[in-house]
Amino acid sequence: MSRLSIVTVNRAQETVEELYKDAERRIQASQPGLCPVDLAATFVHICHAQSCGKCTPCRIGLGSLEGLIGQVLEGTATLETLDVIERTARSVFVSADCAIGQEAARMVLKGIRGFRDDYEEHVLHGRCLGVQNQPVPCVALCPAHVDIPGYISLIYEGRFADAVALIRKDNPLPSTCGLICEHPCEVRCRRTMVDDPINIRGLKRFACEHEGEIPTPKRAEATGKKVAVIGGGPSGLSAAYYLSLMGHSVTVYEQRKKPGGMLRYGIPSYRLPREALDHEIEGMKKAGFEIRCGVSVGTDVDMETLRSEYDAIYIAIGAHTDRKIGIEGEDAKGVISAVEMLRAIGDDEYPDYSGKKVVVVGGGNVAMDVARSAVRLGAAGVTVVYRRRKIDMTALPEEVEGAIADGCEILELHAPLSIEKNEAGEVDAIFLQPQIVGPVKWGRPAPVNAAQTPVRMECDLVLVAVGQGIDSQKFGDYGIPVKRGSILAAESGEIENMAGVFSGGDCVTGPATVIRAIAGGKVAAANIDEYLGFHHEIEANVELPRIRFDDHEPMGRVNMTERPAAERRCDFGLMENCMTGEEAHQEASRCLHCDHFGFGIFKGGREAKW
Amino acid sequence: MVNVTIDGNTIQVPERTRILDAARLVGVRIPTLCYWEGLNEIGACRVCVVEVEGYDKLFTACNNTVADGMVIRTNSPKARQARRTNVELILSEHNSNCATCVRSGSCELQAISQELNIRDLPFEKKIPAKKQTGSFPLVRDYSRCIKCMRCIQVCDKIQSSNIWDVVNTGAKTTVDVRDAYTLEDSSCALCGQCITHCPVGALHERDDVDRVIEAVGDPDRITVCQIAPAIRTAWGEPFGLTPELATVERMCKALKMAGVDYVFDTNFSADLTIMEEGSEFLNRLSASDARLPMFTSCCPGWVRFLKAHYPEFTENLSTAKSPQQMFGAVAKSYYAELLGVEPEKIFCFSIMPCLAKKHECAIPVLNDACGQPDVDVSLTTREADRLISLFNIVPAEIPEQPLDMPLGVGSGAGNIFGATGGVMEAALRTAYALVTGKNPDPDAFSAVRGMEGWKECAFDLGGKTLKIAVAHGLGNADKLLKAIKKGEVSYDFVEVMACPGGCVGGGGQPIHAQKFCAPERAEVLYRQDAAMALRFSHENPSITEIYRSYLGEPLGERSHHLLHTDHRAWKMPSEE
Repeated sequence: MSRLSIVTVNRAQETVEELYKDAERRIQASQPGLCPVDLAATFVHICHAQSCGKCTPCRIGLGSLEGLIGQVLEGTATLETLDVIERTARSVFVSADCAIGQEAARMVLKGIRGFRDDYEEHVLHGRCLGVQNQPVPCVALCPAHVDIPGYISLIYEGRFADAVALIRKDNPLPSTCGLICEHPCEVRCRRTMVDDPINIRGLKRFACEHEGEIPTPKRAEATGKKVAVIGGGPSGLSAAYYLSLMGHSVTVYEQRKKPGGMLRYGIPSYRLPREALDHEIEGMKKAGFEIRCGVSVGTDVDMETLRSEYDAIYIAIGAHTDRKIGIEGEDAKGVISAVEMLRAIGDDEYPDYSGKKVVVVGGGNVAMDVARSAVRLGAAGVTVVYRRRKIDMTALPEEVEGAIADGCEILELHAPLSIEKNEAGEVDAIFLQPQIVGPVKWGRPAPVNAAQTPVRMECDLVLVAVGQGIDSQKFGDYGIPVKRGSILAAESGEIENMAGVFSGGDCVTGPATVIRAIAGGKVAAANIDEYLGFHHEIEANVELPRIRFDDHEPMGRVNMTERPAAERRCDFGLMENCMTGEEAHQEASRCLHCDHFGFGIFKGGREAKW
Repeated sequence: MVNVTIDGNTIQVPERTRILDAARLVGVRIPTLCYWEGLNEIGACRVCVVEVEGYDKLFTACNNTVADGMVIRTNSPKARQARRTNVELILSEHNSNCATCVRSGSCELQAISQELNIRDLPFEKKIPAKKQTGSFPLVRDYSRCIKCMRCIQVCDKIQSSNIWDVVNTGAKTTVDVRDAYTLEDSSCALCGQCITHCPVGALHERDDVDRVIEAVGDPDRITVCQIAPAIRTAWGEPFGLTPELATVERMCKALKMAGVDYVFDTNFSADLTIMEEGSEFLNRLSASDARLPMFTSCCPGWVRFLKAHYPEFTENLSTAKSPQQMFGAVAKSYYAELLGVEPEKIFCFSIMPCLAKKHECAIPVLNDACGQPDVDVSLTTREADRLISLFNIVPAEIPEQPLDMPLGVGSGAGNIFGATGGVMEAALRTAYALVTGKNPDPDAFSAVRGMEGWKECAFDLGGKTLKIAVAHGLGNADKLLKAIKKGEVSYDFVEVMACPGGCVGGGGQPIHAQKFCAPERAEVLYRQDAAMALRFSHENPSITEIYRSYLGEPLGERSHHLLHTDHRAWKMPSEE
């Protein structure tokens, strides 16, 4: 008889481990619009299966809760039942012996409080609130509703120009998005249920790089209407592009030297090369709109003049002002805002950081952009200081990992306290208060001052990336409604009591993503067209290939590769490599075609035009 | 062209041919259930699954196309087993108490279960418990719905009414009323197209047969029946009668055998409608401030749709009552006088291809003859057929019997009311005569016939060019109203019928799986019209007589009281 033995995993347990992973991926790919009450019943059922069975509340109570929620779903419950559910869940929560029972009951409580309306709708009317809507996940989650399954099928067939033409129907900045889109389309990709989400952004980039010359789009007959677009960023350019296609005469007013907005003045070229951006904007201009750079509305030309000269106006001025940390010494020389630094780079004015020790304050994507740019500008050391944990950073994980690979240090759980200046008023050091991760607030663990003394970190430059504001004051003065800097516009882009004036993009939403800005421009174009008394339709006229059959055997996702860190950190050249043709073909073959297979063929599938 | 092999037969078919259609070319009919060509090609029931060489998974034949070199087996063991399992699963949630189901015999689920030789189920039956309450003319039976989604599709895509939708998710997914909790509170036009597209008994009309039987058996009541034009194109279908045999006279005989006292023709009141509506139209044309275009008001489905979605156009509707209601008002006034009885003794029922007529006859203000409803009960064609069956009558073996007089006489113009364009054509025939003093060629206005969804014509009427439009199917009506609203089109006179093809395609007509029957039924009406000596409403001798001895002039005081109505006197839920 051996005294000890090595624990081996049996086949059943191995299979269960795999099933856990399957279930995890399934939950990750859950489509929006599911019945929350049904899900609550399902979750409590899973929790119940985890019960060891020792204690009453968990062994019996969870089953009772599932039964009660089941009555709600079956339409046999009353409003009194909801009180019983809440009372029982509360008792299980406080009396269960371990987390298995306690947390299960907490989930039930969270639900009955968080979506009580849905519970009541089931009790009173036997149905969910709202109408079932399970559209194609990628298309639904793309703010511009690009026909993703459509263009992926074209990439599979090698019809790259057609694929890009189809993208342009909904998004006139495909190359840009191929390089830097945050790809919300991938978040709930149904392929995740099989293995991993499709690399949609990577496929888009591949198609754009193989498009050939950007074709001149067909314009509708001239309408004689004039539209002014204020701001030459992604939102303004998108609106200008579609409005031009609709036959309107469009002029874009851009206050900086070149168009592009944050694409040029906010995103460093190692992510979005200037040549790619210029090529894209030149291609867009084939739609026939004019861009006047170096003209600031409110300074060089006023709103009254624009309103009298144009039939409609789209305000898309973005969010370009910097935010301060609000600490002592922030006025020191060498404290530079991310906006300021990236703007200079946008105009090809590259500062020299050789030998400098740089501290970056912030944890978002912009913080990563300035940190990685600082490396490329020759900094001797770059440290990103963040008051929460690295895992809590709002920057995309791959951006954080990329920054580390580029040589940046991440100093998590340190909050800036003050900046120390020398006699010349230059930055000498930054004082940081160590933090301890604390209780969860609003879904994120909040940092709390740790019982440690502040640390002093010597540095020559402090780059501040703690958010951006909107320079909307001139528009507020003119009478445009503004709240906390943001312009108040309806979901249609319309501005109340300001006929013919529309607004969208970052200046309405606050700093967001390029694809949301593009969607804002697209929405505004459609509604400006209606406002002007037209109903032009934008379509691609691309015939899609026959729907392909596939058994969808699990297959790995093709991820993007990057130039080696040692090489890329020395220049501002594009960091990411494109997929190969072989990779793109294989990746495109993984698409499940949710526009054809599933709910998409019934409702919420392909929109051939808008 | 591509080469495909289906069940061992290799053929050449055009690219992108649907597997279902390619299979037909080699003589194989792949079974379907949720499918309706052009309308519902969503592969929901998974009954038409076939095996394609090279793939483990099966594919639906209804919405997938062939590719070159494809080898398809429509009845491989795997396909057959999956098909059977799917039908068994559907049956496990279906109330298959066929003996009492109104669709027994015309049920597509019943047919496929028989075809697949399913005798028992390996699953526990779980029938949805929800029941519709109230007495709306359209009834949804939750226990029978198989979630094929056809009702949603026809209501959205063809009728632009958007009454039905998918509600809930997961196991609780079902079809229910959108934007309201009950049909009563919805904007349902009561076209009944969801019924004729339903493969099972999940949607049907409120059955009013017993109310008629009760009246027929009541010695104190005189039962008076009117038969709508479209009935004579279709009532014989469930009895296997051709339209030539299924005449209105044979139906009259059957109804008399069932004990109905008097059987008349709605064609008569269709002619009366033409006199009133035609005169109203000529008045509107000459008045400077009248609302144009004038819309026909014969179709209560259309009236409900317009009031629910475009109430601002209510005054464009002709004030003339529908033929059903004109008949009821006349039956309980003029005819009661002829019989020398109190109008309250008369039980007036109609046989209509329609559900909206059930609502129409119950509108409280339509009681002008004696304070009781002018029409007591409206039966659909299907209910009338059930009434005949209930009395064990074998229609094929009974003789014809002429309709009663004087309300049993209708013109060919009244006869074509049952098809799209028919009301317009009938009105133009008489309007021409009223304006010019002479009859046109009866076929002079045949350009308004046919199944095109939205027809436009211009005719010369006494030197003035008349612009008219005809739409059928509420989706087309919706487009037309939108265009009028935007000022893109303008007309003098517009006919709308809610159902595709007009009343011949009505929601109360006999049901044939996945078949649009209206075109051939419309032909029956036009053939009958062409064969009739009497082709003008104003020449109908019973019409001449009723104006001479009772009504006076069209739009006269008595006509106004009995034959016209105020469409604003009742409200659709969305108007309140």
